[in-house]
Amino acid sequence: MSVVRVPTVLRAATGGQATVKASGATVGEVFDDLVEQYPSLRPQVLDDDGALHRHLNVFLNDDDIRYIGRLDAKVGDEDTITLMPAVAGGAA
Amino acid sequence: MSRYESVLDLIGDTPLLDVSSLSPNRRVQILAKLEGNNPGGSVKDRAAKGMIEEAEKDGSLRPGQVILESSSGNTGAALAMIARVKGYPIKIVLPENVSPERRQLLEVWGAEIINSPGEEGSNGAMRRAQKLAEEHPDWWFTYQYGNPANPKAHYEGTGPEIWRDCPEVTHFVAGLGTAGTLMGVGRFLKERNPQVQVWAVEPPVGEMVDGLKNLDEGFVPPVFSDGGGYELLDRKKIVGPKESIEWTRKLADVGVFAGISSGAAMAGAAKCAAEIDEGVIVVVIADGGWKYLSTNAWTGDLDEVTERARKVIYF
Repeated sequence: MSVVRVPTVLRAATGGQATVKASGATVGEVFDDLVEQYPSLRPQVLDDDGALHRHLNVFLNDDDIRYIGRLDAKVGDEDTITLMPAVAGGAA
Repeated sequence: MSRYESVLDLIGDTPLLDVSSLSPNRRVQILAKLEGNNPGGSVKDRAAKGMIEEAEKDGSLRPGQVILESSSGNTGAALAMIARVKGYPIKIVLPENVSPERRQLLEVWGAEIINSPGEEGSNGAMRRAQKLAEEHPDWWFTYQYGNPANPKAHYEGTGPEIWRDCPEVTHFVAGLGTAGTLMGVGRFLKERNPQVQVWAVEPPVGEMVDGLKNLDEGFVPPVFSDGGGYELLDRKKIVGPKESIEWTRKLADVGVFAGISSGAAMAGAAKCAAEIDEGVIVVVIADGGWKYLSTNAWTGDLDEVTERARKVIYF
């Protein structure tokens, strides 16, 4: 099971939980499991074609998945997936 | 040449310093481009000068006109310095939670500061500025996130300088904010050598900055999306505040007094060095450490400093 970190803006869909667990061998499979557990998350994180919402960044550990195979990126059991809104500028 | 007519002529042509002693892989060299050496103190001098002079040239900025921008500090300071020299009044929308030195620096240059709520971060400051720009069409809105003169300054300046000083570069690493540096330098270097890899470093979006109602309120800078950023970048790494501060301290070990976002970029360069077999990395050190002294980033307890850093905008 991977740990998925959920930003505040999406927590209504996870019952307020900041971290949830989901399983899968790729980010896409983890997403499938995630939206099955929390169906109201689906329209927020994926568009109608099943691609990532353009204002959602997904990090597999410290890597943005858009550059390491997108939803096909391989996930290990100990990996953390972090969902993060894309916003102007950052703050820690 | 070391005699100049205008401070604006001092912008650019920054040194490249070999900091390979910090590389975790002895087959990978790391060279740091010291942008804190610009007269306004950061890499943003380049974009600010480019955007202002481009607008003067195309007539969208006229003498005496008010300049408006949103900034977490560096772009604001660079614009305000140039505005002061050139005689433009300037207003900067600034999130409340920037380090006090960033605010003080804007005051030095005589900018009018318009505060925006800290919990909205740079995103909120930008939206506020966009609204002000709509309400005041007579002001000239710089809009660094969407102004093509921003990446152009790096395509014409930073990129060629790196190529001149280090044609053996294999990887370019820089922080991702407006994406101006990454897009301009990345495009230039890839045109010269398509094998060059471009890696971006981003800070995490803090819980407190996460005041969005839904993801549609998010933002991808047009400089990035319209400029083909998704195709240009090869990797994007996230670097948290603790690691950023650790690497800011390591930079001090080699005598480089840099800001916290530069520590993040250096952490990204180190990750890159650890992942590749051999190569030459050029990393952008965006500013000096002066504006962050109040955070005790170098001398305080690491965990306490990290906690404090979570509450200020340093990128």
